[in-house]
Amino acid sequence: MIKELVAIFLAAILTENYILNRFLGICPFLGVSKNLKTATGMSVAVTVVMVIATAATWPIYTYVLTPLGLTYLETIVFILIIAALVQLIEIVLHRYVPALYNALGIYLPLITTNCAVLGVTMLVIERGQSDPNFGFVASLVDAFGSGIGFLVAMVIFAGIRERIADNDIPKSLRGLPITLVAASLTAVSFLGFQGLVDGMLG
Amino acid sequence: MNESKHSAWKEFSKGILRENPVLRLVLGTCSTLAITTSAQNAIGMGLATTFVLVGSNAVISLLRKVIPDKVRIPCYITLIAGFVTVVQMLIEAYSPALRDALGVYLPLIVVNCIIFGRAEMFASKNKVLPSILDGLGMGVGFTATLLAMGIVRELLGSGTLFGFPVTAGVVEPILIFLLPPGGFFVFGMLVAAANKLAGRKGGAPAELSCCQICPHGAACAGPKESAGKEPTHD
Repeated sequence: MIKELVAIFLAAILTENYILNRFLGICPFLGVSKNLKTATGMSVAVTVVMVIATAATWPIYTYVLTPLGLTYLETIVFILIIAALVQLIEIVLHRYVPALYNALGIYLPLITTNCAVLGVTMLVIERGQSDPNFGFVASLVDAFGSGIGFLVAMVIFAGIRERIADNDIPKSLRGLPITLVAASLTAVSFLGFQGLVDGMLG
Repeated sequence: MNESKHSAWKEFSKGILRENPVLRLVLGTCSTLAITTSAQNAIGMGLATTFVLVGSNAVISLLRKVIPDKVRIPCYITLIAGFVTVVQMLIEAYSPALRDALGVYLPLIVVNCIIFGRAEMFASKNKVLPSILDGLGMGVGFTATLLAMGIVRELLGSGTLFGFPVTAGVVEPILIFLLPPGGFFVFGMLVAAANKLAGRKGGAPAELSCCQICPHGAACAGPKESAGKEPTHD
């Protein structure tokens, strides 16, 4: 059981990385990765919201929507739960943990429309349908691993971008295009992890 | 009459080249990168997004005086999610193969910044007809860009076009174009080409504008980002 959870966690970070393998959360990846501090803050906020959102949507899908035959409402229900949760987290942090709010607060409104968060809540449901062993705990581990994977990609990429900034780049490639080419090369390096998790634990 | 026809055409055509949502405004990058492994998927995704875009733009424009400013974001999200659910059900009924190909990216149209961005930047400030034309133009621009990317990646990555062999058997397909790195690379090259073309006409290079939509985006993206500057027609 523990071994399977570790495998899920590592796979979520390395082989199924949300940004570099699944293209979810590209906006913050390109927009907020200009320096290390904002990249870390954003990723931590995303990780927290991913885990809490999965903890909320999984039981609602399994114990409310499925018995009532309302699974086609998944999209609407999930996005509203995420929007409400983000609001709630913001209010609670603001009221009780002002230090944390100052560090993460500005990233929270962005997260509602971050496709990585909605993506993780839907992908764990999808995976649970095809694999009966993939239950609530596995979903939470997957969400947490996905958040950490997001953090890893953001931090690596922030470092690369800080270096790109000092270089002489052809005019047409300046700005976004060179960032995308750099992202492409980062994604190539992540291809190297393919099969690693199965080989290590299988 | 001629004047209004002219401006209607402008509303429609701006999304195709001058304000192309993907290459100039850089919105909706996630689905652009993820599903363009074949030309067919690109068209399916483009049409689904266009439907949602036109529908949500029309309804949000109709309700723009009813929705209070403070709760507009949840209202928009609910409306958009409604349209996405309709598209999901239609595709599930008529083309299960397309649904399997698009996978989770189909419901994720909800969080495609193009739709939310057009609601916030255009439909909430303009009348119904211009909003519908804006949605249609942006949708066509989105579909055309996805198709261009899908053609490049399918041709180089599997040597086919719309599933028919073209260079397969003559040239060895370059698999990496179908993999995530190929997506980033082709997209980067397309943005560079668009920048070059726009630069000739004095346009600025493309900048990510998903952060301009968010009220806090400017704060977290750094001081460089400026606020959205969409002209209003109302």
